Amino acid sequence: MADHAQSPSEQGTRRDFLFLTAASVTAFGAASAVWPFVSSMNPSKDVLALSSIEVDVGQVAEGQAITVKWRGKPVFIRHRTADEIALAVKDDAADMKDPQKDEVRAQKPKYLVMVGVCTHLGCVPLGQKDAEPKGEFGGWYCPCHGSQYDTSGRIRKGPAPINLEVPAYQYLSDTVVKIG
Amino acid sequence: MSANFKNPVVRWIDHRLPIFTFMHHEANEYPTPKNLSYWWNFGSLAGFMLVVMMASGIFLAMQYTPHVDYAFDSVERIMRDVNYGWLLRYIHMNGASMFFIVVYIHMFRGLYFGSYKAPRELLWQIGVVILLLMMATAFMGYVLPWGQMSFWGATVITNLFSALPVVGESIVTLLWGGFSVDNPTLNRFFSLHYLLPFVLLGVVVLHVVALHRFGSNNPIGIDTKGPQDSIPFHPYYTVKDLFGLGVFMILFAYWVFYAPVTLGDPDNFIPANPLSTPQHIVPEWYFLPYYAILRSIPDKLMGVIAMFASILVLFVLPWLDRSPVRSGRYRPAFKWFFWMLVFDCAILTICGKNAPDWIWSPLSFSIGPDVGQAGVSIITMGQLATTYYFGYFLVILPLLSIFERALPVPLSISRPVLGAGGAHAAIAQRSPKPMEKL
Repeated sequence: MADHAQSPSEQGTRRDFLFLTAASVTAFGAASAVWPFVSSMNPSKDVLALSSIEVDVGQVAEGQAITVKWRGKPVFIRHRTADEIALAVKDDAADMKDPQKDEVRAQKPKYLVMVGVCTHLGCVPLGQKDAEPKGEFGGWYCPCHGSQYDTSGRIRKGPAPINLEVPAYQYLSDTVVKIG
Repeated sequence: MSANFKNPVVRWIDHRLPIFTFMHHEANEYPTPKNLSYWWNFGSLAGFMLVVMMASGIFLAMQYTPHVDYAFDSVERIMRDVNYGWLLRYIHMNGASMFFIVVYIHMFRGLYFGSYKAPRELLWQIGVVILLLMMATAFMGYVLPWGQMSFWGATVITNLFSALPVVGESIVTLLWGGFSVDNPTLNRFFSLHYLLPFVLLGVVVLHVVALHRFGSNNPIGIDTKGPQDSIPFHPYYTVKDLFGLGVFMILFAYWVFYAPVTLGDPDNFIPANPLSTPQHIVPEWYFLPYYAILRSIPDKLMGVIAMFASILVLFVLPWLDRSPVRSGRYRPAFKWFFWMLVFDCAILTICGKNAPDWIWSPLSFSIGPDVGQAGVSIITMGQLATTYYFGYFLVILPLLSIFERALPVPLSISRPVLGAGGAHAAIAQRSPKPMEKL
């Protein structure tokens, strides 16, 4: 008790120590209690388990595109024509918001695989079907806020900040792609 | 303080739990400025709408299924098979619009008559919290029928958070509970849509407690100087509020019974399809101004910030407008800027409704796709209107506080009622008399 009385303000007392440790343990405990609740809102195991699909791209004719559902989102697979590939490669050096070479966006230049979700606010761009508008760059056009993507799915005009996302995928055979 | 209740049961309870004394004090004898106009009806109307929404919502929840495979069909079942289900749903659906119109008028009332100024700053801020809670609740409720606009509205709005640097994507995944808007999202939105109105109710109680601290503002904007300036809430304002409620319910009933789907979007009668986006994603009318602000800024993050800032600026409004005169009646320049703000919000609503690349032609007074006609594009109009919106709060009000010369404010609430300078008024001024003699 003697040293308690000597210099309580400068060195801190046992009571201060007890107060601080109790407060930090309480704060840590409260945070630990909150964590399971927040974590429960993140994707559950069954949602995560459905996170890969296999697609046979051999059935897609040249110049055609298909849309498959992966993780609840559309995935665009376009079998590009030679012209479209040439246009994409030619534009590699063009002025772009999110510069990327065409070769890093398609493992096989013939098949372009992308998440069909506009990187602006998540709409599905048009351009998969022949009748749909494809925008000024021959790729995709988002009807919500007017973003335009080229034949490599790169953002060329409009509010979207980055290119259409290329998901992780691998070729299991010549024509079978595993997405995810 | 305790009132004299005649009923012995009431007396017995009140002695142990002074709930009747409290109610008598706050809702009966509560002194209210005697010059409140009909603009002061909208607070109680908002409270009425909260009760209507909670009551109709609780009964709808008994019939609704929050699952992506059943939600749309369960709403159709409510419409066709459930006894009076159509009525419950149309009341709830149109009730949301009625709630917002009432709250918006209530807010413009506060803006014009300076109800946000000292000592009512906190009252005003609690009101802004109520608005934010209402918006969150309305947004999540709109997702529940799981139509096309429900789904894509939810997608666009949750994606707003992806604009945040670093943590954006993780926050969106956390909101979704998956990799897109899906069943987990629908479930949590249902849970929160049920919860938030009760939180809202709690905040409304705080709003009323803060209101009763200094009492209502009034059209003249000066404080009550004594008992001669106020009248008891009951029966004077209970009857005035009830009359207003009657008029309001006629309007409400018109929408429910004669135009139940006019305010909604036709796309929401199509079940949600995650693979196909509707041609134009448009929110309900009460969110259009914010949507226009979002779209008028080309940068994604800045657009999101501007949209949230359009509401957050209201939190600091009491410190932006430093003019000591509360009521717009005595502020000759402010008046004009205020009505321009009302007009500006209408323009923003129009901009939010129409496609950004459409053209407004002043000559033919029409809006349509760009076919080379003379006019202004919707995006440009939205940008101008957004500039005025922020300009009003951040530039015009602070400058007016310095440069505007306000008209002389009456000395008391009684004065303008009795005619300025009259002998009677002068007497009333000096010797307060009971209300009925004035």
